[in-house]
Amino acid sequence: MATQQSRSAARFMLAPAVILLLGWMLVPLIMTLWFSFRNYLPLRGGDLGWAGFDNYVRFIGSSSFWPSVQTTLIIVGGVLVITIVLGIILALLLDQPMWGQGIVRILVIAPFFVMPTVSALVWKNMFMDPVNGLFAHIWKFFGATPVEWLSQASMQSLIMIVSWQWLPFATLILLTAVQSLDSEQLEAAEMDGAPFHSRFIYMILPHLARAITIVVLIQTIFLLSIFAEIFVTTGGAFGTRTLSYLIFQRVLESQNIGLGSAGGVYAIILANIVAIFLMRIVGKNLD
Amino acid sequence: MGHIQLKQVKKSFGDVTVIPPLDLEINDGEFVVFVGPSGCGKSTLLRLIAGLEDTTAGNIEIDGKDATGLPPAKRGLAMVFQSYALYPHMSVRKNIAFPMKMAGMPKEEQDKRIAAAAKALNLTDYLDRRPGQLSGGQRQRVAIGRAIVREPAAFLFDEPLSNLDAALRVGMRMEISELHTKLATTMIYVTHDQVEAMTMADKIVVLQAGVIEQVGSPLELYRAPRNKFVAGFIGSPKMNLIEGAEAAKHNAHTIGIRPEHIDVSTTEGLWQGTVGVAEHLGSDTFMHIHGVPGCDPLTVRAGGEVGVKHGDTVWLTPNLTHLHKFDAQGLRIE
Repeated sequence: MATQQSRSAARFMLAPAVILLLGWMLVPLIMTLWFSFRNYLPLRGGDLGWAGFDNYVRFIGSSSFWPSVQTTLIIVGGVLVITIVLGIILALLLDQPMWGQGIVRILVIAPFFVMPTVSALVWKNMFMDPVNGLFAHIWKFFGATPVEWLSQASMQSLIMIVSWQWLPFATLILLTAVQSLDSEQLEAAEMDGAPFHSRFIYMILPHLARAITIVVLIQTIFLLSIFAEIFVTTGGAFGTRTLSYLIFQRVLESQNIGLGSAGGVYAIILANIVAIFLMRIVGKNLD
Repeated sequence: MGHIQLKQVKKSFGDVTVIPPLDLEINDGEFVVFVGPSGCGKSTLLRLIAGLEDTTAGNIEIDGKDATGLPPAKRGLAMVFQSYALYPHMSVRKNIAFPMKMAGMPKEEQDKRIAAAAKALNLTDYLDRRPGQLSGGQRQRVAIGRAIVREPAAFLFDEPLSNLDAALRVGMRMEISELHTKLATTMIYVTHDQVEAMTMADKIVVLQAGVIEQVGSPLELYRAPRNKFVAGFIGSPKMNLIEGAEAAKHNAHTIGIRPEHIDVSTTEGLWQGTVGVAEHLGSDTFMHIHGVPGCDPLTVRAGGEVGVKHGDTVWLTPNLTHLHKFDAQGLRIE
């Protein structure tokens, strides 16, 4: 890719993809910005003209705005901590030679292939149902009162469901990183008298830093916008209303597209703030 | 102290026996080289001594104490790996300090030893760099530095020079030999390169398929190889092994004669042959001679510059005082 000709050819060939991606991103973004300044109520007269910054002021002034931001961050943070800690443990275990390794690895990855809606429903009905759920039966077996998971411990339940879905992803990425660690390095550390926990802190963890960074960044992107799991379990009740769920409610339940779009712009701002923080904290691992 | 004794040590991986029961004694302060072709079990033997592999049977004693079941860290040995195995995210200083930090040594003592090691190994200017910023030879020296600060009972080297280029290898070979003279600590060195074995060792252990073929000083092995394998392995270029009628004249199944023990003449001699490839090194000339019955090609070394070229006819005369005789089993006949 050095000559003038090959460079211009490359630009020419890249153009369709770049234009398509730009269009894909820019059109919805501009529409969201446009609607956020309009007074648009589909069932109450349609587009009623300019609204100025009214939508922005109303959205941020609502009593549910700050709790929803907090809920979003708690879910993202909680799931990240759980998936990374358990992911590292699982990756180290799966790296050990054992009988049936192939099947075990496929089983570990399996939850990632289950659709979010389905897995949330399975958790809700099979495990967490206070009457028929598996947990209820276990609680009853030990003579305890079954927990009403989704109402009494709604956030914990939600974080558990989402972590279950994302754990395979974290495990997979971390496992490949663990496998790429030079075994002579670990042997050298062993000869140097480092017990397992020292080898973990001084050899394995620094080696995994880059993989952990990737897991954190990718998961954050997807976790900021989780929706299906909330929709089918709590429906936003019991303090599980995230920012994206609040936007959904404003647009579809209140039928106020202008207000929802303003919320969408706040969501973009929140995502960028989180991204800046993350890049500050973990981004140096990527160079 | 660094006296290591292997008693009937055996190693199997599943059904495959890599090392059949083997006895070996390594004396304190000796430089022992395990040499053999790849896959002969020399690295496995080193790893058994290090404790990175478990023995299937037998005992390993270090300084008279049974160390068979001890974990690597408790054996008081330091190892230098083929890939150096430096810790990539730590500076050179931290790499060298790591074993002392693990041993909980006071900070001042650590700094003293790091400074001493860095000085001995010419690393003082590189202490704050990362391994990735160093050349191959410097990394090698860091790995050695990390080993010497522990003041181990013995050093184990696993093909440490095989990743270096030829010129650097010669230099590092000397540095390691010098280090051994200075420290007077037992060193066990694994290599497949017989030149390294000959130049560095006090004692060479020649291995083939996990079996010790011969143990002895470099010159003992050169002068009196116990069998055909050792004869062919030690010495460069390889010894010529001649079978058939020529060997029968000396009442042997095979006779061996080293390239440097054959005289070349363009006019007269015992054997006649045609020159094939001739390698002119300036100091020496190596000729591959075709047409000598029982050995094709026969390698001959002549000192200095010899005016022969491809296709010339020459006569060869072996120096019979340096003739080696082997029986049908390949064992030496005195």
